[in-house]
Order: sequence, then structure tokens, then C-alpha cells
Amino acid sequence: MKTNSLWKDAFIRLAKDKLALFSLVIVLVYFFIAILSSLGLIAADWSQEVGASNLAPSMEHFFGTDIFGRSVFLKVIRGTQVAMSVGVAASIIAIPIGVLLGALAGYFGGWIDDFVTWLYTTFSSVPNIMLLISITLILGKGIFAVYIALGATSWVTLCRLIRGEVMKHKEREYVQAAGAIGGGHFRKLFRHILPNVSHIIIINTSMQFQIAIKSEVILSYLGLGVQGEPSWGTMIDDAKLELVRGVWWQLAGATVAMFFILLAFNILSDALRDALDPKLKGK
Amino acid sequence: MTKYIIRRLLYMIPVLLGVSLIIFVLFNVVSGDPTAVLLGKNATARQMADLREQLGLNKSLFLQYLDIVKSAFTFDFGYSWATKQEISQMIKQGAYPSLCLSIPAFVISTILSLLISVFVAYYRGKGIDLFVRVFCIAGMSISALAYILFFQWFFAYKLGWFEISGFEEGFPNFISYIALPAVIWIVLSIGPDVRFFRTVILDEIYQDYVRTARSKGLPEIKILLHHVLRNAMIPIITYVVIQIPSLILGALLLENFFSIPGLGGITLNALNSSDFPVMKAMAILSSVGYIIFGLISDILYTVADPRIKFK
Repeated sequence: MKTNSLWKDAFIRLAKDKLALFSLVIVLVYFFIAILSSLGLIAADWSQEVGASNLAPSMEHFFGTDIFGRSVFLKVIRGTQVAMSVGVAASIIAIPIGVLLGALAGYFGGWIDDFVTWLYTTFSSVPNIMLLISITLILGKGIFAVYIALGATSWVTLCRLIRGEVMKHKEREYVQAAGAIGGGHFRKLFRHILPNVSHIIIINTSMQFQIAIKSEVILSYLGLGVQGEPSWGTMIDDAKLELVRGVWWQLAGATVAMFFILLAFNILSDALRDALDPKLKGK
Repeated sequence: MTKYIIRRLLYMIPVLLGVSLIIFVLFNVVSGDPTAVLLGKNATARQMADLREQLGLNKSLFLQYLDIVKSAFTFDFGYSWATKQEISQMIKQGAYPSLCLSIPAFVISTILSLLISVFVAYYRGKGIDLFVRVFCIAGMSISALAYILFFQWFFAYKLGWFEISGFEEGFPNFISYIALPAVIWIVLSIGPDVRFFRTVILDEIYQDYVRTARSKGLPEIKILLHHVLRNAMIPIITYVVIQIPSLILGALLLENFFSIPGLGGITLNALNSSDFPVMKAMAILSSVGYIIFGLISDILYTVADPRIKFK
């Protein structure tokens, strides 16, 4: 009988779930928009005046214009770039730290485990929002500080999950077999155990991504995020004063853009968990 | 059991030292010289040196670290840079409005979520269950900021049902101020809460003992309330307890939008004026809350579930 690999199997299971597949497409579309925008191919001229100030949405200006007569639609696209970049940057920082510390702690145990457990217990003891605003304040406002702050907070869950999973795997037969044919610790850990727990990285990244997007919006709203560039958070901040004058389109534009990406990640996270970790099915 | 509790209590010490270390590294090492920010561009070197002396920044780094550790145990946080008030006094004043908002909102949202979860678990797989699930996920995908902004504009400004912002002390007076933020709090927490409670309840529903109860001829609702909910309560209680420390910070954003002079408001004011001592105090205070309630939650978990063995 022919058997599929875990990944192929998972993909087949995921592909059956039409809703999840659709969510994946939405996520890819957002990424595509963000990449085009960062290459300057679209929305590069967002700061140009395209019409009178505070025009309501129309066929000409999809989401209307802001107080300076700039297109809210282009600002939403620029905001997409900021939001997606924060998710990516936070993952790039968090994954190596979380995986490495979690794997070492779970595999070697002893003082390494004690140290790593202490480290992530300490980090998770400071409420996330306090840590986020403190780090961005200290590092100086701006997108770079937001990257670091989100990276520094989002490795914790991943580390804890990887540690637990590696602990379970290290006594399994396939690892003993690898040891019996002469594999050393690092070979056992990185060649044998890690590929078998790597699905956790994907599930967790999908969940952390939406937290990163939400956090960026809140930090930008508080004035700690991007400076001199539109972001969904700063657009909502603008809307705070505009709403009483009936200008609702900045709030609507940012909220709708955020809604679809968060919804897609929400559905995708559940589907990925079901597809990659069948034991957890339904949880 | 006692041994386990004592061990967990002792473990609080290294964690508190660690939390103090994070705060120390951020505010005392990485931050650089805060006197330049405090005095503005035209400060002379002399003024800056005087201020450093006054703020205790001339001490060695190790002594500065010890000060933070000490404040984590004594709750003596010194004075605010911006308002020159004693910080422990500011916290005492801010706690009242924060708790007026957070306690009722938290209690109502938890009970409401639990009722909804039991209801949808009873009708699991039916239309209403699907509807609630879709509603939860969709609700969680909308930014908290959007909810606050829209509710404040619509219910307070447009319809005039509630006060737009502000706060007044005293029992019946504060209700008109906290009602709308409390409603928003409830709307914000129902999504994740119902999702979690429902999963926990459904985990229990497929257990053998439920099948036994059913085969005895017990009505479904009785099984749900007497058997399932009792077992599902263990993860539910720990989930609820672990959220209690977040009540201390109140709701940072809600307090900000509605100008409620609580701890969340104090924190954001400190953020805007680079008031390091207040930021540090709030970080320490909320961390201590997290550590204590995390401990209580763990202990409750082990007390409530005799299957869990301690090492």
C-alpha cells in the first residue's frame, strides 16, 4: 500500500475544506498586494492629492478621500503592506528563538530546561500590552520598534509548545533507532525530531500572525507605530475625530481590510490544526 | 499537595527577579539618558547632571536593579516624573474607576458566555450552533478599536443613550459612565470566551460517562448541567481565574476612549509623557498580578482534578 507523507496528507485534507482553501487564497492575495506595494508598483503615489478633502466614497474614489484629499483606498493598500510586514518580521524573529530554545530545553532537559522554562515564564508574566508599549517606547517610535516588540513577545508560545512536543518525541522508537545507528544528539534533534514537530510552527505562526496584525494596529493607533506612513491603526486614529463630522470611510476602509485578513487567518488556523494535527481534531 | 504549593510559591521569586530584570534592562539600560527628554532641547549639562542625581540615576546599575526588585515586593514605586505625585497613591486612586468598569463587565461577560456555550452545546451541530460559531469568528475579526469607535459614536453621540466620556465617583453616579464601555467589553470578550467554553463542553460530551448517563435514560439537559458542565468547569475556572489580573489594568483602550481616570488611563498618560517610573510601576504591578493569579489557577486546577498527580 502506498502511503503519503504527513505534508501531502495534510494538503489533501486541507484541499477538501473549501472554506480553508478560500481563506488561503485571501491570505495570498493580501501578501501579493503587500509585495506589490513594497516594490512601489501600486499605491506608491498614495500621498498625492486626488480630489477635494473628505469626499464620500464614489465610483471614482472607492473609499473616498481623507482630510488632505488623498485616496483612502491607496492608504488602505499602504496599510496592508505595513500590517503584513509586521506579521512577517515578528515571525522571522520569533520562530528561530522559539524553536531553538524550545527544542534544546525539551531535548536536553536538566539545567537548560530549567533556564528556558524560567525565561518564558518570566516573559509571559509581563502582560503583552505592557511589554509591547514599553519596548516600542524605549526603542523609539517607528515600525522597527514594532517589529522587535512583537518578535520579543511572540516567541513565548511557540517555545512552550515545541518544548512539550520535543519532550514527547525524544523517547520514541524512531529516535532510539537513530541513536542506535550512531546518530549524535544534534543529528537526532535536528534531523529526526524537529521535522516531526515542525507542523506546530506552521499552526502557531498562522495564529501569531493575526495577533501581530491586531497589535500593530493598536500600537499605531497609540502613536507608537509607523511614522509618516499610513497604517490601519493611524487611519482609525484619524477617524476618531472625523466620525462626529460624518466622515466614516477611513474607519470603514481600515476595518474592512482588517476584517478579511483576520477572518481568513482565523479559519485557516483552525483548518491547519485539523489537517496537520489530527489528534487535536475538533478541539 | 502542601509541598507542591510551597514549591510553586518559591518559584515566584526567580520569576519576579526575571520580570524586574526585563524592566531594568528596558528602562535603565537600553533607554539611554532620560534627562535629555525630560528637560527638553535647551538643557545645560549642569541641569542634566542635577536631575540625574535627583532621580537616582547616578547609582550603579546593580543598585538601580535592586531598587526595581525592592519595589516589586514593597509596592513602593517612588514618584512620578510628570505629576510629581507618589505613584502608590496614584495607583490607589486609579484602581477605583478601573474596577468599577472591569469587575461588572468581567462577571457579566463570563456568565453570559457560559450560558450561550451551554445553549449551543445542547443544540450542537444544529443551525443555531453554526450561527453562533460564525458570529464568534466574525466578531473576533473586527478590530477592538473599530468596536469602541463605532459604539461610542453611535450609542453615545448619535442616539445619546450614554455619556460620551468622563467619570463620576459614587455608586449610582458612575453607572451612566461605565455602562457603554462595559457593553463594549462584553461584546469584545464573548467571541473568544464562547469559542473556548463550547470546545471544552463538547470535549466532555463524547466521554463514556455521558453515554452511560444517557443510557440510564437521563434527560439531555440534566446530563449537560449535572455531568458535563461539572467536569468542564475545571478548565473553565482556570481560564477565568487567569484573566483576573487583566482587570487591574482595566481596559487600556476603553479607559482611553472614554476618559475614565483609571489605571489604564494612567498608563497611557505615562506612555505619552515618557514617565518611566509610572510605566515601570504598572508593568511590575500587572506582572505580580499575573504571577499570583497564574499560581492560584494552577492550584485550583490540581485541587479540582484529583487525576492530576504532582511530581
